[in-house]
Amino acid sequence: MSVSAQDLAQLELASAPVVPRQRRNLWVLRRVLVGLATLVALSIVIFAATQALPGNAAKEILGHNGTPAEVATLTHQLGLDRPVVSQYLSWAGHAVTGNFGSSLANREPVTTLLDPAILKSAILLFLSATISLIVAFALGVLAAARRDRAVDHAINAFSFFFTAVPEFVIALWLVMLFGTTVFKILPAVSLFPPGAGAFSDPQVYVLPVATLVLATVPYLTRLVRGSMIDAMESQYVRMARYKGLSERRILVRHALPNALVPAIQGMAQNLGYLAGGIVVIEYVFGFPGIGTALTQAIGVRDIPVVQASSLILASFYVVVNLIADLLVVFVTPRLRTGG
Amino acid sequence: MEAGVALSELGRPTQDASRPVWVQLLLRSLHQRHMQIGLALTLFMIALAVLGPLFAPHSPSAFVAAPFSTPSAQAPLGTDYLGDDVLSRVLNGGASVVALSFAATAFGVLLGVIVGLIAGYSRSFVDDALMGVSDVVLSFPQIVLVLVFVSILGPKLWLIVVVVGLSHSPRVARLTRSVTLELIKREYVESAELLGISRRRIFVQEILPNLVTPLLVETGLRLTWSIGVIAALSFLGFGIQAPHADWGLMINENRSGLTQNVWSVMAPIMCIALFTIGTNLMTEGLSRTVTGIDSTGEAP
Repeated sequence: MSVSAQDLAQLELASAPVVPRQRRNLWVLRRVLVGLATLVALSIVIFAATQALPGNAAKEILGHNGTPAEVATLTHQLGLDRPVVSQYLSWAGHAVTGNFGSSLANREPVTTLLDPAILKSAILLFLSATISLIVAFALGVLAAARRDRAVDHAINAFSFFFTAVPEFVIALWLVMLFGTTVFKILPAVSLFPPGAGAFSDPQVYVLPVATLVLATVPYLTRLVRGSMIDAMESQYVRMARYKGLSERRILVRHALPNALVPAIQGMAQNLGYLAGGIVVIEYVFGFPGIGTALTQAIGVRDIPVVQASSLILASFYVVVNLIADLLVVFVTPRLRTGG
Repeated sequence: MEAGVALSELGRPTQDASRPVWVQLLLRSLHQRHMQIGLALTLFMIALAVLGPLFAPHSPSAFVAAPFSTPSAQAPLGTDYLGDDVLSRVLNGGASVVALSFAATAFGVLLGVIVGLIAGYSRSFVDDALMGVSDVVLSFPQIVLVLVFVSILGPKLWLIVVVVGLSHSPRVARLTRSVTLELIKREYVESAELLGISRRRIFVQEILPNLVTPLLVETGLRLTWSIGVIAALSFLGFGIQAPHADWGLMINENRSGLTQNVWSVMAPIMCIALFTIGTNLMTEGLSRTVTGIDSTGEAP
């Protein structure tokens, strides 16, 4: 069961005098344990869906062409002839050490296959998340400062539009606009020459990053705008106005910190979303990241690669949320001191 | 004394007796501009998907002109990668998107409501267990969860509906649970319990009516997401399979001819975009009617 920072806040307020630090440490410990339990549960679901389903996975993989001998070999190779629990335990045990077995498609270790893909996806995610954060803060603060005026309405309409439209639609519009039909100024496909590093051609990142930014900015913008408006109406901002501080200073020094906690939580949501979003977006651009590894592996039923890449993508969400929850506790003074 | 009579005397919030609250709400939302435009757009797209095949000038799989021909009198939106008429395929390709996304949403909301009611009402470890399972499902990026399941079982339509629905259910379950927890604390529900009225009756008469309003907005959000996920699945090649016409699939098939006949990709894209904009506008209208203020948005 999840424990949110709000739960902790309620706990702090409701309880009689306690040792605050100890209580917080207990909460942190419990939150970490919940995160670990979720990871184990995720791995069980992935394993069950890919390897422990009724029927013979080896037969499914080989299709109608597989001879009985081939089926038997693959069954043994996948360990399908052992009890399900022991299959899971050995798979999970190896996975913890970073060993996901060998790809069925080309016999290479899964990690050799996935490592460069993970690096490229990580760069994609990092760029998208960072730019999205900056743009969302700028738009959110602007919308809050110009509340109910034309700028606010325009930002609102922009947010609405890009929330409604699926991300691959945005991607293809960008491709048509900048890659193929209207202007031909950016690569429509993210090609990496064999052996080239992740930064050999920075241009290939432009359109995928732009898509992911457009898809993640609206949610964060609304959060920032909302918490800024709350802050602008608060007692302490009114006090700052009475003291004669400039509106700009009030905005930056007094209202902006108020948007920090919602922004952390919003970022976690967005990063979690990106873990799914990159699967489709990488496919659009042929971007050789972990999402493409997943879709390609499904196409050829390469189970070890499917298991590894989906587990990595799903774990990412859990870990990001865990970090965000811990961050919120440490940046909120009331939660930090228990006072 | 009849139980129904007793319930009405136990301080239940008074309502306009003629219509349930949520019907009043829906009627009120019709005065909302977001709702009006969204409803019109959504109904238009559904009509296009359902009635489209009747108006298609050609069969969706009949050769009309050379692959990726530009628009002509024969093929108003040009042809696709096989030389089939794009317009006819667009008119035929919406039914699957509409049917699958509605089915997945309905299944997900139903499952979520059942899980949420049981969790909220159980007052035992069942609550923790159900919410724990929900959190695990929620931890999966939706598309990854669906892909994991189709990887071995293959792109079967029932499987897509079930897994997309499943991926929606945790949010619905949480909402239902919190409303239920709030309601069972109220006096009129406690009184009903003390009177020995069956749980089923309390669900149906007291809890469900109060759930409908928050669920309407949630269902709208889920529907928009279902359309996106289902279209994305077809686009990735793990949904509806060729030679069937399907908007998501069409985008995938014709991407290579983007520079030759842009309409072969643009037409299905616009259909998906207009459909999701329509459902999202409706949701926005509903949410503004419920809260009376701007909605706060939802995680992407």
